[in-house]
Amino acid sequence: MLREPVDLPPIVSVELIQISDKTNIPYAPKARKIIKETKKKEEERLVSEQAPPSAKAKEKPDRIPLPNEKKEEKKIVKKKQNPEEIKPEIRQSSEFEKKEIVDTNQIAALIDKAKEVEAVKQEKKEKITQSNKKNSFATGLTLSEEDALRAQIFGCWSVPLGLPYNEDLLVRIKLNLKKDGTIMKSEILDHKRMNRPGQKFYKVLAESALRAVRLCQPLKVPPTGYDKWREIQLNFNPTEMLKG
Amino acid sequence: MKKLFLIIVFNIFLINKSFALIEVDITRGNLDPLPIAVSPLHVDTKSENYKDLKIKELGNNISKIIENNFKATGLFNPLKKEAFVQKPDIAHLKPRFEDWRLIKAQALVTGKILIKDEKLKIEFRLWDLAAAKEMTALAFTTTPSNWRRVAHIISDKIYERLTGEEGYFDTRIIYVSENGPKNQRIKKLAIMDQDGANTKYLTLGSELVLTPRFNPTNQMVTYLSYFRNMPRVYLLDIETGTQEVVGNFPGMTFAPRFSPDGKKIIMSFAEDGNSDIYTMDLETRVVERITNHSSIDTSPSYSPDGSHIAFNSDRSGLQQIYVMRSDGSDVKRITFGKGIYGTPVWSPRGDLIAFTKVRKGRFYIGVMRTDGSGERLLTENYYQEAPSWSPNGRVLVFYRETKSGSKGEGFSAKLWSIDITGYNERKLATETDASDPSWSSLLSK
Repeated sequence: MLREPVDLPPIVSVELIQISDKTNIPYAPKARKIIKETKKKEEERLVSEQAPPSAKAKEKPDRIPLPNEKKEEKKIVKKKQNPEEIKPEIRQSSEFEKKEIVDTNQIAALIDKAKEVEAVKQEKKEKITQSNKKNSFATGLTLSEEDALRAQIFGCWSVPLGLPYNEDLLVRIKLNLKKDGTIMKSEILDHKRMNRPGQKFYKVLAESALRAVRLCQPLKVPPTGYDKWREIQLNFNPTEMLKG
Repeated sequence: MKKLFLIIVFNIFLINKSFALIEVDITRGNLDPLPIAVSPLHVDTKSENYKDLKIKELGNNISKIIENNFKATGLFNPLKKEAFVQKPDIAHLKPRFEDWRLIKAQALVTGKILIKDEKLKIEFRLWDLAAAKEMTALAFTTTPSNWRRVAHIISDKIYERLTGEEGYFDTRIIYVSENGPKNQRIKKLAIMDQDGANTKYLTLGSELVLTPRFNPTNQMVTYLSYFRNMPRVYLLDIETGTQEVVGNFPGMTFAPRFSPDGKKIIMSFAEDGNSDIYTMDLETRVVERITNHSSIDTSPSYSPDGSHIAFNSDRSGLQQIYVMRSDGSDVKRITFGKGIYGTPVWSPRGDLIAFTKVRKGRFYIGVMRTDGSGERLLTENYYQEAPSWSPNGRVLVFYRETKSGSKGEGFSAKLWSIDITGYNERKLATETDASDPSWSSLLSK
């Protein structure tokens, strides 16, 4: 049962060389220019966005009432501490007495004061942004704001299909955002997992999530409440979707 | 005191801040194919011709093969070259990411080719355009005639980097080539690259051949042919052309497959209307009986770790799929649905079993978990069967026949592939009609 050898192309060994270490190839002249220009623009943008005058100007409405509040609080403190109109000179006469005063009345008063300041601040903020009445304390975005952001990212996220169904597929990404919704910094929170053996899929998944936020920017963020959403965490998890 | 005050205020601030970090859950995305630009590879001017090989055209040809591979997966959308914003000499430089993003590309492949010391050197780089960074870069050195395989290997590397699972492009498919009218078919063993190129015929067509299967190293093939008018299992060495009948069985042997270590062949042996499953060790030639039942037990397929065997049997009346340990113990029926189940094939990943189901005269190719749960029927047709897995367990190849007239007119048999999600059903290009496909493992592994 011998037959003619089959004329198949021989399986030739192929040498594989990692050339990642040679990748310091220069930018194309045109690209270099573009990069410089965009960097410049970004810097300019950064300056203009983080410029103190505009930031302060926006915060002013919140802070206007503060002096009055302080005065009121001072009065309250005074009331608590001066039931018998004790003069400061007498109080400072002994070190021992000083400690006692600090440990009891003043701390309590200060805590009260801090709480009152926070409460007043929150009241003020709620008054100013009436549309944010539904803000949950945990998220800081209204449901519609959260939905808009989510829907935007859904559209940008190309989910890799080679993912195992029975593994933990949660990728948490923390973003630092500019006021216009562009990304200043992005960070994968479980970064160590990316290089763990047997977790190759995680790197692919995390990269796809990062690609999604970069493609989506500027993100659809609310026009107000920058302090609340300047840092935001996105939890990407395609498990339900893949299971169908 | 001031310090204490500051600490307290700072703590309050911290508590507030930790509550305030907004978290948004992203549980859905799009499954649209990933837009990818495959730039033609740049050819070094000194290397434009090598003997009868036009190296200059290789740059284009390799990028076309990569594009076709990606398109066939259904997971990628290779962008049209007319839209490209940079020429192939981009291979020497970092691409202008902003410009490529304008044409909505998310990934870019660049590369270059040169001939040095009669060897072909092909470099490629994969760029993440959104992140403006290189994802992978590799160089291959090989004989110039081997360029097609390098194109497939590059495709595999990119696929792996972008999907997280192994590729399946540097592979071959063995199948039965069919010619002639339906009642006088000439059947030959044929082998081709998974993209349909390089078809070679391994037998002459004088004898009927059926069910070819690769061994794990892709050097040997076991199949069914006729010896003295009796169907018998054969073994063929592809490189030397040596062929032999497997074992000295007194009757018909059929449905052969290799064990995952390639040391044994598992098959059915039929005698007096009863068929059972046997293995034969290829070194020692020792034959072992695995099932012993009065019913028809056939189509055995090992799990990838070799610990279990799936097979079909009619021991419960209708033909159903069963799983047992590789020594024949602990037989469990895993299909209980309506209809007939057959041709179980264990996925190379080990998590699924593919099968053919016949119900109400229709044929289905489906997958289920190895305990029979989670049955999913991927495709339905007039006649189709014999699924075979791609080496990464993502795609199935099978064959489909069309309904013919009373004289056999309009009959055809073609190879098809489908993703295990049930999407991306495609007809494979073959020179002739084709049936009984079997997918090899990765050649470069």
